[in-house]
Amino acid sequence: MTIPLSGKDVASKIEEKFPGSVVESSQDNLVVKGNFLLDAARFLRDTEGLDLDFLNFVTAVDYYDHFEVVYWLSSLEHNHSLTIKARCYDRENPVLPSVVGLWQGADLQEREIFDLFGIKFEDHPNMKRIFLWEGFAGHPLRKDFI
Amino acid sequence: MATGELSIYNLVKFQAIPPDWPGGFWWHWLFFTVVVIGFVLTMVMGVIYIERRGMGRMQSRLGPNRTGPFGLLQPVADAIKVLLKENIVPVAADKIVHWLAPVIAFAPALMIFAVIPFENGALLADLNIGILYVVAISSVSTVGIFMAGWGSSNKYSLLGAMRNVAAVVSYEIPLVLAIVGVVLIAGSLSLNQMVVAQDIPFILLQPLGFLLFFTAGCAEINRSPFDLMEADSEIVAGFHTEYSGMKFAMFYLVEYAEAVAISAIITTLFLGGWRGPLLPPWLWFIVKVMLVFFAMVWTRTTLPRIRIDQLMAFAWKFLLPMSLLNLFITALQVLADWPTQLIWAMIIVNFAVMAIIILIWSRFFFRLGWGRIEV
Amino acid sequence: MAVRTEPFVLNMGPVHPSTHGVFRMRATLDGEVVIDIEPVFGYLHRGIEKLAEQRTYTGITPLTDRLDYISSMSNNLAYCLAVEKLAGIKVPERAEYIRVIMAELQRIAALLIAVGAFLNDCGAYFTPFLYMFRERERIVDLFEMVSGQRLTYNYMRAGGVSQDLPEEFMPALRKFMDMMPRFMDEYDRLLMQNEILIARAKGVGILTGEQAINCSVSGPVLRASGVNWDIRKADPYSIYDQFDFDIPTQATGDCYDRYRQRVEEMRQSLRIIRQAMEQLPSGPVRAELPQLIRPPTGEAYARIEAPKGELGFYLVSDNSIAPYRCHIRPPSLINLTALRDMVRGWKVADLIIIFGSIDITVGEIDR
Repeated sequence: MTIPLSGKDVASKIEEKFPGSVVESSQDNLVVKGNFLLDAARFLRDTEGLDLDFLNFVTAVDYYDHFEVVYWLSSLEHNHSLTIKARCYDRENPVLPSVVGLWQGADLQEREIFDLFGIKFEDHPNMKRIFLWEGFAGHPLRKDFI
Repeated sequence: MATGELSIYNLVKFQAIPPDWPGGFWWHWLFFTVVVIGFVLTMVMGVIYIERRGMGRMQSRLGPNRTGPFGLLQPVADAIKVLLKENIVPVAADKIVHWLAPVIAFAPALMIFAVIPFENGALLADLNIGILYVVAISSVSTVGIFMAGWGSSNKYSLLGAMRNVAAVVSYEIPLVLAIVGVVLIAGSLSLNQMVVAQDIPFILLQPLGFLLFFTAGCAEINRSPFDLMEADSEIVAGFHTEYSGMKFAMFYLVEYAEAVAISAIITTLFLGGWRGPLLPPWLWFIVKVMLVFFAMVWTRTTLPRIRIDQLMAFAWKFLLPMSLLNLFITALQVLADWPTQLIWAMIIVNFAVMAIIILIWSRFFFRLGWGRIEV
Repeated sequence: MAVRTEPFVLNMGPVHPSTHGVFRMRATLDGEVVIDIEPVFGYLHRGIEKLAEQRTYTGITPLTDRLDYISSMSNNLAYCLAVEKLAGIKVPERAEYIRVIMAELQRIAALLIAVGAFLNDCGAYFTPFLYMFRERERIVDLFEMVSGQRLTYNYMRAGGVSQDLPEEFMPALRKFMDMMPRFMDEYDRLLMQNEILIARAKGVGILTGEQAINCSVSGPVLRASGVNWDIRKADPYSIYDQFDFDIPTQATGDCYDRYRQRVEEMRQSLRIIRQAMEQLPSGPVRAELPQLIRPPTGEAYARIEAPKGELGFYLVSDNSIAPYRCHIRPPSLINLTALRDMVRGWKVADLIIIFGSIDITVGEIDR
């Protein structure tokens, strides 16, 4: 069985390395600040014992007042998983750092989030719409689209 | 026969006009032109039917069986369907080249049959350089195909045409060298004379030559596994991607007419042409052509396609050395007068030689490789 | 004299014989050599994730059929597992066994298409494709018996399956199971050792294990690269931990290995089905549930090993009758991440077979 890592334990480890980076944490997941996302992600991928080298998926959820971007990570070596999240409170121009440099698998999925939610990922090599055409008005998966 | 020397006069002089024909030359010409056109069109329909039904059986399905008895009218239905279709010319196409291409491709396919004997002496023109004529004419189709690819102003067409030109230029050499072995044994360039010389089919005397010719012939006319000029899974339809209606029908016709032509040449060179017991000669000829064509259908349904660089490598690194070896060995045997004196020894030796050199060459000298280019 | 050449752009698709649907590749070519490639998606985008937000939990199952439309059963299963995880529903044992049988039959059916289409891309003019369709047809017949459909089965429900197996199902399945190993041998004989196929596919489009993991590649493509990772073993769902089967892996991760991998996986699926058939218990096939499922607030991610890779559903509930957010993890889309690295420097013909060996369904990419 894949063991879900405790968000609290991992949060304390991240907090130790990067103070002030974790917003909140629970048993299931942890939320990191947007500007610490890349550091935290690199820490999770490269730390001995965590080795979260496989990015299962990236997605976003619209909670009206903020977007939550969900990263579901797992380690093929230790067979454990962890969910980390990052929040964006700006609805007009939401921006988060891109994790493509760490996990190339995020490439198309971040483009999908950009297309359907309008969240821009900085430093993504090819940040443009993926399913809808250039010039499509709005981002369909936002709750206020219809 | 006038003189043995090669001149323009010899090129245009028709050798075997039967003197007893009323009206002489022109009647003969008219009659055999009609026969050739009729033969090609009927054979194309026949082979299309064989291909579609045969392929159906090999692929565990039925094949077309609704039009006419056993689906025999399917080629007719196909033809009518294609002819009634709208003729679409791309806006960016070179109109004249686009229009001219199917004509230029079709004419040579038909012209090949001028020198192929249906019976002893029953042919449009018994050229004393018949096989040279075939080799020369058959490569003219390539011009038409390249015009189609260039004139369509479509990238798939261009890729297909480029592949076709590359393939034909390379495969012409082993093809001709394979023929030379037969010519040495028969002692004549006239196709009719070659058939007359075949007391036993030359496939027995030239087994390696037959394989080489069959392979190179398949490559020349885009039959599988060398059908990458019109590889449907890669470049859609190759050079005729942008053709529709009547012009597409012409290319379709060319494809099968060329297949019939290669089958007919193989029949003439290696399988004893119209010769055979019991049945009338023309029937023997048709049966053999159908058999050769069936072998082509068989390879088409069985083998995957090879890649363009492998295609080139196969021609230059495998077929060319093989055909040179074959030519050398045959020449020695002809010098030693084996074809007349030691015919059974020659059969056994040639089969053994074929098996050994193919085995050695494919094991130690040549393997279909793979290559990636750093970009 | 050096010949001046310039690269040109070839638009492959959206309507092209071997793009497996409406998929487009913008390939930059230097003669026959692929310099660069950019996949373009969206021709089949139906907004299934958005539609799901306005439907009840039960009403989403038919939508999942339309994701990867050649493996509907797997999609049903992944979705139902997610709902069950979210709402804490327990599934009767017989239903679990039926689900496993269906999922594995579906895997065989989908892999048959994958292998057939791959060989077709190699240029084996439809023969292997039609041979494999012959057997897929028998599996589809079995599915028709249980669900009445031949493509979009909509058979599984949260809490079980929609109805019990009909009487004629087990004899038909047994007959199929007796025939299938023979057909598998036939496929091996057909092209496995073919000289041309080996020359075309071996060493072509190599994807290393590290690269595959970094690109989040999953399924047969990942295992062909030598990574022993199968969710059925690593994170067993349903009742997969009760069966005895192996996870085959290959060494190099080229097109030929991906082809071999799929064939081997079919054999393992047969093993699982045989065990499930023998152990199939009797009992109810569906848990007693209210008409409208109203899971507690929360989120759940359930994943299965679909024929193409890790298929997951990430559901967020706000304690209403429709999910607040339904995200689908599409294996087809994510496996394509690695495509660009794999094809650069190869020829156009290789581009087609590398693309074919990844095995995608556009319905799942675009959703």
